[in-house]
Amino acid sequence: MYSGASTFVEGVDNAFVFILGISFFFLIGITAVIILFLYRYNKKKHPKATQIEGNNTLEVIWTIIPLILVMGMFYYGYVGWIPMKRPPDQGVEITANARMWNFSFRYDNGRITDKLYVPKDTAIILHLNAVDVLHSLYIPAFRVKEDMVPGLPDNKMWFEATKTGTYSLFCTEYCGLQHSYMYSEVVVMEPDEFWAWYADTTALDVEVPEGANLVLMGRQIVESKGCIACHSYDGTIVIGPSFKGKFGETITVTTEGQERQIVYDAEYVKRSIYDPDYDITQGFRAGQMFSYEGEISEREIDLIVEFLKSLNE
Amino acid sequence: MESPTKPISYLDYKGEYKGILGWIFSTDHKRVGLLYLYTMLAFFSVGAILGLLMKIQLIAPGYTIMGPQTYNSLFTLHGIIMIFIIVVPGLPAVFGNFFLPIMIGAKDVAFPRINLLSWWLYAVGILIVLTSQFMGDGPPDTGWTFYAPYSFQTATNVLPAVFGAFVMGFSSILTGINFVVTIHRMRAPGMTWFKMPLFPWTLYGTAWIQILATPVIGITLLLIIAERTLGIGFFDPALGGDPILYQHLFWIYSHPAVYIMILPAMGVISEIIPVFSKKTIFGYKAIVLSTMAIAFVGYFVWGHHMFTSGMSGRALFAFSFLTFLVAIPSAIKVFNWVSTMHKGSLDLQTPFYWAVSFLFVFMIGGLTGLVLGSLATNVHLHDTHFVVAHFHFIVFGGTGFAFMGAVHYWFPKMFGRMYDANWANLGWGIFFIGFLALYLPMFYLGIMGMPRRYYDYLPEFHGGNIFSSLGAIVLIAGLMIIFINLVRSARHGTKISEKNPWGGTTLEWQVDTPPTLENFEEIPTITGKPYDYN
Repeated sequence: MYSGASTFVEGVDNAFVFILGISFFFLIGITAVIILFLYRYNKKKHPKATQIEGNNTLEVIWTIIPLILVMGMFYYGYVGWIPMKRPPDQGVEITANARMWNFSFRYDNGRITDKLYVPKDTAIILHLNAVDVLHSLYIPAFRVKEDMVPGLPDNKMWFEATKTGTYSLFCTEYCGLQHSYMYSEVVVMEPDEFWAWYADTTALDVEVPEGANLVLMGRQIVESKGCIACHSYDGTIVIGPSFKGKFGETITVTTEGQERQIVYDAEYVKRSIYDPDYDITQGFRAGQMFSYEGEISEREIDLIVEFLKSLNE
Repeated sequence: MESPTKPISYLDYKGEYKGILGWIFSTDHKRVGLLYLYTMLAFFSVGAILGLLMKIQLIAPGYTIMGPQTYNSLFTLHGIIMIFIIVVPGLPAVFGNFFLPIMIGAKDVAFPRINLLSWWLYAVGILIVLTSQFMGDGPPDTGWTFYAPYSFQTATNVLPAVFGAFVMGFSSILTGINFVVTIHRMRAPGMTWFKMPLFPWTLYGTAWIQILATPVIGITLLLIIAERTLGIGFFDPALGGDPILYQHLFWIYSHPAVYIMILPAMGVISEIIPVFSKKTIFGYKAIVLSTMAIAFVGYFVWGHHMFTSGMSGRALFAFSFLTFLVAIPSAIKVFNWVSTMHKGSLDLQTPFYWAVSFLFVFMIGGLTGLVLGSLATNVHLHDTHFVVAHFHFIVFGGTGFAFMGAVHYWFPKMFGRMYDANWANLGWGIFFIGFLALYLPMFYLGIMGMPRRYYDYLPEFHGGNIFSSLGAIVLIAGLMIIFINLVRSARHGTKISEKNPWGGTTLEWQVDTPPTLENFEEIPTITGKPYDYN
């Protein structure tokens, strides 16, 4: 297992050790007694059974002792858990958004990332939102998990990381087709390193080096932002329209209740990313996607357009 | 030499209808029990193959034999079959129907026609569930829990599956009512409550849960149907509903349903252990009281399925506390069963192998339940493979092992033939090894953080999954040996007419093998205790 990556680990693992210790004691003890009886009282060795109806003293003993033990387990479980329910007043507040099938994290300065970057030794308060169905945010190394429930206000979890490093972050509430790919990471940094990262807004945008493969860069953006959960490359319909072979064509959309013909161009792509419910492609519903404004930059959209063009070939 | 007045075996009886009609229209509780048995064995084979396919998919990361949509449909169908078609009706429908009347000295259940209606509702429910697989927009992919709001948003064919489960709920309620009335009204003269054998006692506790808890799931499933077809917002936040309300309603039934599954299994073990120990049961009253305590406290612990759902801290405190209380009566039973073996004269035959291995796997299932009942550890393990391992140890290990024990225990009485004991024991051994290899690694995977219902996984989880998948193959091999042996023996096994091949003391061992149409020529009068070996 992990050792001490958050302040909760000790309390949770104490409960684990206490419960598993008692469990192993009883499992091994009772199994040994059963095996002993199978040998000792086998009918070859013990042809005549001794009839015993019961023993009230024993019944009381094996009611009371397990009762005391499980109350001890309850206590350890409770003290290991109660800190998780009591977030401190001060901390770094981050909004975690879940949708089919990726996470995004929004910081107070407007920065949005697909991995969770946090400073070490600082309370992190995560406000949990889901746009479509139930999801659950789980960081095994920190021993924390909480469901992300659409429509549940003020749902939050908190933790304090104690070791720098990168840790797995899973979705643990079944959410459909790509549930097992709804994966992200927590990057724990030294506080000064984190705050430098936080303040460095130039890093917000993608850099396009001279001679870069624009199509490949566009494809990487599409994949890292979770677009392919709903939009395929090959023409199959998943949730939204496929990306294949549409660029430059004239398509039929519904805009503010009016059906109209528009050209699938760079302007349309940008509008669909920043205001997805504005033009609804024929055959699809509104409300399936939320805006990526602030999360995908205009320069990134240019690269996505290059990638979409390449799908026409 | 047969005298012309000798009562005829239920298997040979020729009534109004012939052939298969003589079975599907028979109100004889023994034939109804076998109808359930055959239906379940057929669907259990399907469910087990689905499970095997899932394990083969998981033997390596990425695509091995199926895509994610297929995988999601398979675990949904596996859950629906195993829960709603097999383990919920399970032991009561098969062995309760067959043996409850005989064990309490009655000629049939109180309402034989309603009993047959139960099987018909069950069969119709299954057919409706099956249509969801082959019609409409593809098999449902919600998991057997149908959690909102995903179950409202998926384009797959959820409604028939939900409606099928609703219909099967009525079958369960009717069986429950039938058993409660039978036990209250039809016990043989002299059989007071505390002279009743323990299997009927567990059926009694189970029947009350079926009557009181099943309507909750019924209305919940109806609300889903209303929401999906009429757009009334109960559970979907997009319509103003509350998805956590759905979880409450679902688990208010589905947690007690776990006790519907395990209580009769405890009853079977309470029958097998004294018979093969040649010794009266230790602490009869303690076992009876713990049965009723489990049935009662089991209603109040549903919230432990929702520790990370966003409930209030006070609710979590109370649900965790009550969950620990429910562990006590189960522990009492284990201590009493082991004490029954003490100073016995143990006859190691196939049913006893199943009973003893039941004790082992049930202890693992129960003790890991304590890890999950504790708040701190639950948060870490919730919705991981640890939970999958835990409930398979209880439902497949507990109820499944008891079911196998029951089949091998009552087989000669039911069919008037004996199975091949060597093949049966070999099948048990392979099955037991496969079972441990399949599910033990899942505890480890869960502790390491592998979530459940995952089509694909990180490379760090590969080792445990290989082990588990190989275990599944071994388990299926064991299962095939057991099934082939039983099916072959039911048709061609050595005929026996001995009333009491194991030396049991309960009433089913005092009647003919196989039982006659009306079980008893004369209703016996009971004077002694059920497990009297003096």
